[in-house]
Amino acid sequence: MPRTEPSREELEKRRIVGINKENVTDVTSTDFPGHYPGEDHAWDIEKFRDGLQIEFHQNDPLLASFSLIGVDASIANAFRRIMIADIPTLAVETVFINNNTSVIQDEVLSHRLGLIPFKGGREGLDNFLKWWKKPTDDDAVPNYFDYNTVKLSLNVECTHNEDAAPGEKDPTKLYHHAHVYAKDIVYEPIGRQTQYFSGENAIAPTNPDILIAKLRPGQVIDLSMHMHKGVGSDHAKFSPVATASYRLMPTIDILRPILGADAEKFAKCFPRGVIGLEKVTKNDAAKKGSGYEGHEGELKAVVKDAMRDTVSRECLRHDEFKDKVRLGRKRDHFIYQIESTGQWDSDAIFLESIAHLKEKARRLEQQVVNMVR
Amino acid sequence: MSREQYTVPTSSQQTFGASGSGGRDYAPESSNTVMYYTCGDCAVRVPLEKGAPIRCQKCGARVLYKERTKRMVQFEAR
Repeated sequence: MPRTEPSREELEKRRIVGINKENVTDVTSTDFPGHYPGEDHAWDIEKFRDGLQIEFHQNDPLLASFSLIGVDASIANAFRRIMIADIPTLAVETVFINNNTSVIQDEVLSHRLGLIPFKGGREGLDNFLKWWKKPTDDDAVPNYFDYNTVKLSLNVECTHNEDAAPGEKDPTKLYHHAHVYAKDIVYEPIGRQTQYFSGENAIAPTNPDILIAKLRPGQVIDLSMHMHKGVGSDHAKFSPVATASYRLMPTIDILRPILGADAEKFAKCFPRGVIGLEKVTKNDAAKKGSGYEGHEGELKAVVKDAMRDTVSRECLRHDEFKDKVRLGRKRDHFIYQIESTGQWDSDAIFLESIAHLKEKARRLEQQVVNMVR
Repeated sequence: MSREQYTVPTSSQQTFGASGSGGRDYAPESSNTVMYYTCGDCAVRVPLEKGAPIRCQKCGARVLYKERTKRMVQFEAR
């Protein structure tokens, strides 16, 4: 069979997932060998390199948003899953409660403490801290060392505030330590941890104002905690991300002109900023068959920023826009949104996920090599 | 089914509570059988001897709570 090369429009059409009023079309990708007769879709590193594109939209320590263009959904999803479940963080794992006379039960308190995200020096978290293995019953020596265990303590007692104004109703003013916050947790460095976690590198809650418990006079919380490194696949508290998700880039094609009051209504069908209103220019009106003839000066709807669309499909519900608009999504354009819990920088989480996938691939390669040997 | 047949177990192996801690709020008269309770009304620590009326010495309330264990309790933060 002779080799044929698809046209640019054809290729562009193939990357679009159609979004209609009641169904979604072309959800699976077709760029693999053998799907189109006579076309070569063999994976090629050069072709991949040319097609790959990463654009950052926002890059803050706690929130990164970027577009990853030109990869298959399986790869994009692998990154997402690795970010959620495979990147290690430090979290409270064991709680030793000496006293807890608050109304919150020991188990619930422990669970709450486990979910508090912590931050600390990157060097220490990445290179100094190692994995901790849960001791089994027949372990002679417990494996708690400075390189795998971080010790914290929380010791608060609620007392009456003698200086409170008479008739004061606010418990936070009436009592000392009526509210126990994450900032009340004290880090106790052990051994070489002082080298890595001191000063601004100290291990501390990323959000100091997390409310842990409420106390009344006479109630005490006295406990210590051990933190260990873990991964999100073990427990969600170890996940470095609050959310790591992607969506496909929406496309909006206005096929026939939408003018005047219709244009305003059309803009209202989308989130703000997606559709703009522009005046029909003389050039537009002069073009034969464009649909703008005799409408010079009127408002027309134009797509300004399709990325902000939520693809609510509201515009497809109105008869006046029938056959005038086509919605879709780009199959290989992933808009990631990565929200860090604070232990990692949000962009570093993505880079780490790439390293993890690479490492997984290397391990798989070794397995395959062993298999054929 | 008659209630009269039930007798309070007078166990001789009552060891807990007697050891350690010592009196902080009320000095106990005899140290070996005293147990501390918390008053439900005024939250004071009440020492009670075996057979003593269940009553707060300070306010006279009849609801007393058992104290929490002095032992450390270990939990997994999960």
